[in-house]
Amino acid sequence: MLPYLLLSSLLFSAGLAAALLRRNAILVLVGIELMLNAANLNFIVFWKFGPHPESMAPVLFVLFSIAIAAAEAGVGLALILLVYRHFKTTNVDELNLLKG
Amino acid sequence: MNLDLAILSLLIGASAVAAITLRDLVHCVLCLAVTFAGLAAVYLRLGAEFIAFSQVLVYIGAVAILALFVVLLTRTGEIENQSRFSLQKLAPLAVCGLVFTGLAGAAWSSSLRGSQESVAASIRLRDVGRELMSAYVLPLEVLGLLLTAALIGAAILAQTEEPNEVENPNGASSHPPAKPH
Repeated sequence: MLPYLLLSSLLFSAGLAAALLRRNAILVLVGIELMLNAANLNFIVFWKFGPHPESMAPVLFVLFSIAIAAAEAGVGLALILLVYRHFKTTNVDELNLLKG
Repeated sequence: MNLDLAILSLLIGASAVAAITLRDLVHCVLCLAVTFAGLAAVYLRLGAEFIAFSQVLVYIGAVAILALFVVLLTRTGEIENQSRFSLQKLAPLAVCGLVFTGLAGAAWSSSLRGSQESVAASIRLRDVGRELMSAYVLPLEVLGLLLTAALIGAAILAQTEEPNEVENPNGASSHPPAKPH
């Protein structure tokens, strides 16, 4: 199971790097999606290699997690669109106003 | 380590790194879709077929395409200045390196490390449906409510501001909002 775990560690670190380093709000959201995917992969790997492979809970947890990630991406991208319409930029460094 | 897993890992790793380092946002989002597809293949390989198909439908079909549309709608033409290496970026990179070493070290020292793939672990769609309708019916309903709320919220947030045009007295009723030149 080690290759799978290393792969998910790589995915998580890549997502964290995108969320911390990139300036564009869309890429920050992309990084968050990558981190969520790494967590999902870990769930499936521990279900497959763990001591209780007959349990359905990890699979359903991943299913719910995918659905919540979809909702999060929808709202997040709508917010980015709104911010762009207001400030004419999606650069998170330039968004330093609470009042519009 | 099997050859197919090595190829898949290479594909996923390369496309994930490309997704976060490329300059053009469209390329980033397309690489993200490749990453999602590779993960779906890994799920198939692990025997979680239903998760793999959900991954393809939701992540590639919805999330990546939605991100692509937002990239195209918020295109300013300016390319993010990414090549400049600054001291400011050193701390986040160090944090990411630390996180990776921590996670990889934990995986390395895990007691489950040598455990074998269990053949018993496979899901049938019938079982998923039964579980969703019996033990997990309350989470399912809550999830439906959440998705509805998120959908309505996203639609309200993203809609164009009509009232501004109505209360604008000087009759410049240009349907697309006037853009500053």
